[in-house]
Amino acid sequence: MTATLFARRVLTPVIFGGLLLVLWQVFVDLRDIPGYLLPSPSAIGTQLRENLGDILASSRASGANALIGLIAGIVLAVLAAVVAAWAPLVERLLTPLAAAVSAMPIVALAPVLSIMFSATSDLPRRIVVAIVAFFPVFVTTVRGLTRIDPIHAELMRSYAAGGWDLTRVVRLPGAVPYLFTGVRVASSLAVISAVVAEYFGGLQNGLGSRITSAASNTAYARAWAYVVAAIGLGLVFYLASLGAERLATRGRAPSST
Amino acid sequence: MTGVPAVALSAVGKTFGAGKPSAVTALTGIDLTVAPGEFVSLIGPSGCGKSTLMRLVADLEQPSAGTISVFGKTAHQARLDQDYGIAFQAAGLLPWRTVRANIELPLEVHGVSRPQRRARAEELLAMVGLSDFAGHRPDQLSGGMQQRVAIARALAERPRLLLMDEPFGALDEMTRERMQGELVRLSAQTGCAVIFVTHSIPEAVYLSNRVVVMSPRPGQISAIVPIALPERTEDTREDPTFFAAVTAVREALRAPQRVGLELT
Repeated sequence: MTATLFARRVLTPVIFGGLLLVLWQVFVDLRDIPGYLLPSPSAIGTQLRENLGDILASSRASGANALIGLIAGIVLAVLAAVVAAWAPLVERLLTPLAAAVSAMPIVALAPVLSIMFSATSDLPRRIVVAIVAFFPVFVTTVRGLTRIDPIHAELMRSYAAGGWDLTRVVRLPGAVPYLFTGVRVASSLAVISAVVAEYFGGLQNGLGSRITSAASNTAYARAWAYVVAAIGLGLVFYLASLGAERLATRGRAPSST
Repeated sequence: MTGVPAVALSAVGKTFGAGKPSAVTALTGIDLTVAPGEFVSLIGPSGCGKSTLMRLVADLEQPSAGTISVFGKTAHQARLDQDYGIAFQAAGLLPWRTVRANIELPLEVHGVSRPQRRARAEELLAMVGLSDFAGHRPDQLSGGMQQRVAIARALAERPRLLLMDEPFGALDEMTRERMQGELVRLSAQTGCAVIFVTHSIPEAVYLSNRVVVMSPRPGQISAIVPIALPERTEDTREDPTFFAAVTAVREALRAPQRVGLELT
């Protein structure tokens, strides 16, 4: 990365963000805003430092739920997409179903699942994450698998290649960039749903439950500290999926046919 | 096997959407025999069915009438047996594969072992002069180089028949002439018969033993021009016999239109 590119891509947003924090601090201090309305960045920072151990532990719990649910969702979505691309009937059946499931709000799903499983189980939250992650990956992967260059299809036909060869050699590699577009969307959703699912009961060891309990104890600065951790977790997931995408599509033209 | 022609078409017709009011007769009454090792070009205006004819031989389309045999078998069996290699106007390389892996593609699909695949790919890369680009991705190559990769891929299975649908159509004139020279060398080297679809009269003349001239609506063969040129070199293009053959093909292409003018 050249110096000017570094300045533009990294330095500029960092300076802008720092400036916003300073403005926020000055605003809270000068106008004497009460802590329950808007805690100052310094108060949130103090809470972050004081609760660091628990913040890391609950981030790890939420992160594990998000990661396991995300992976399960991706695996299921890719399998379903392969079947859907292979049999148009399945695609017509699955797509509305997947859309319906994705339209089901987490707030409706999480309490029901929490009741279905024991209160000490991580499973309900992971199921919520998997369901949420499924849809974007399924939709983009189906698109990638079904968008096939007619010449590639004819070539494979001239090779007397079977349906599985076509899938393995042409469809799957061609769908990789599409798959990762879906994964990038799903990874952010995974963290959000892992955290939000904790608002509705179940095992209370993650960021979501810490945020609700701090807020209900009017410890708003502490609640914000956990929110900051949730933002950090979401960024980690997003950057990781971006990195995986770069790795998987390296050496390809950005606009491959 | 010496007596068996590479391709034999007898009374072949093709109608798209048969039975519907929108039915289009693409080809009718096609009789054509291509000998083993013979280079035959199909030339004619757009819509004369020359690509369709090649696709029928490739078993990518089914004829509506007549019979097609490839090395004495049905076109379907010939496709299953990999008796032909094929190249299209677009190179159609898989963008995520290296040049070498693209050439290995048909071999890989047919379960050839990795070391054998690698050896054959090296051979073909040398044959088309791309040994230094084995590890490159297709988008790092020029259009002409991509088309050479596509030809190498078509030759991977050592086919006795090569089907080519305007493979040089998208190339500039200089590259095109160089590729024609290479194709003449490759077809002589491999001894395979070639059916070559083109829009270009000089290209057809330079490459072919015979030029099949087609006319549209419905697509049919209007003339077959035998080309008797000495061994092809770069000087061939400036030879009087070359110009005479170009003129012969051009007149054959004009002939049906002249008939049309007389009628109106």
